[in-house]
Amino acid sequence: MKLVSVGADGTGVAEVAGARYDVQLGLLEDAAVGDYVIVHAGYAIEKLDGAEAEERLALFAEMARRERDGSG
Amino acid sequence: MKYLDGFRDPDAARFLRRRLEAAAARLAQAGRSVRLMEVCGTHTMAIARHGLRDFLSDNVSLCSGPGCPVCVTDAGYIDAALELARRGVTIATFGDLVRVPGSSATLAEARAEGARVVVCYSPAEALALARAPGAPEVVFLGVGFETTVAPLALLLRSAVAAGATRFSMLAALKTVPRALAALAEDPEVGVNGFLCPAHVSAVIGAAAYEPLVERYRIPCTIAGFEPLDILFGLVDLLEQLADGRACVVNQYTRVVRPEGNRKAQAAIAEMLEPVDAAWRGLGVIPGSGLAIRERFAAFDAERRHGVAVRPGRPAPGCRCGDVLKGKILPDACPMFGGACTPEHPVGPCMVSGEGSCAAHYKYAR
Repeated sequence: MKLVSVGADGTGVAEVAGARYDVQLGLLEDAAVGDYVIVHAGYAIEKLDGAEAEERLALFAEMARRERDGSG
Repeated sequence: MKYLDGFRDPDAARFLRRRLEAAAARLAQAGRSVRLMEVCGTHTMAIARHGLRDFLSDNVSLCSGPGCPVCVTDAGYIDAALELARRGVTIATFGDLVRVPGSSATLAEARAEGARVVVCYSPAEALALARAPGAPEVVFLGVGFETTVAPLALLLRSAVAAGATRFSMLAALKTVPRALAALAEDPEVGVNGFLCPAHVSAVIGAAAYEPLVERYRIPCTIAGFEPLDILFGLVDLLEQLADGRACVVNQYTRVVRPEGNRKAQAAIAEMLEPVDAAWRGLGVIPGSGLAIRERFAAFDAERRHGVAVRPGRPAPGCRCGDVLKGKILPDACPMFGGACTPEHPVGPCMVSGEGSCAAHYKYAR
């Protein structure tokens, strides 16, 4: 879910697939609009690390390429 | 949805399948059969939904562990909640718990007979309910692993800070690493590698599995929930076993840090303390539960209302306990799909959306 607003009271609003949800942000060190967060039972428990996600996607894309090339 | 597509690419899945088969073949050449266990209800559902068991060679089995919090909750806990409901307390709970059988009834049945049982999406709703003008006495059923424990610790802190006078929690909170140690020690289970949970690990950190690896020399790999994440996790476990290695491998680095979420850990330590806990199927595991600290006793439903959680009686013939230990697959239970279905569940593994029996019923029959 992507944070679309962060309030001063430790709550915020997150959006996924066009739907918006209230989220508690008190378990995060810092949270800013635009962060992707993992939400469990209405509480953000961790932020998604975009760089790590990109790296993993690149690795899977490389595996797929090698499979198609038959160079696995 | 382009982002998710990258975690579901069929060509990458074929690539990983070949690596999985190669590692299994190396183990087979050494005359070894191995047993892996996934210990997260969300992994259980994803493995069933995507048919990932079909990717495994004959010498590799993958069983489900005690990864569904509702499933491992003892029947006696439901009995205590029913006792509170009978006394007129409003019970606030996550939805899947209302259909879990206690020793003699479910909360849904009690509700049909007039008990006040409110289903919450977020536990914050339960505190709001207890703080509204003219509010009833509310008990929230706090059931879960570390992923849920962290929000509930924060909720307790909010309740204390707000001076809430009509709110308490009946805690059945559990910690995963202790349960894994108990399983690793059990020769009947005979597990050779753990596919570790994703979001529990986000809270406790990858390093939390190091003692397990050191003590039992059992590979522990943390994987995300997408099909390629899970396949890659299984590849890693088999390759570790084929190489004779045993390490903690964190493949879910986009969410899980080595040290975990320190702020969540601090909230847990502030509000809760370790206790022995009863797990359905596994029995009492020392230090595997978390109870509300003495100084917050006013928020502990057991102490506030003078109810005790005693061991309950599971339904006769129900083999959820053996399913939760990975000793049998769900369809080896004589009640599976006949006397016990998602519409009329006998045991908790068929009730919960994360339960092994529910997953098996929905996807694998």
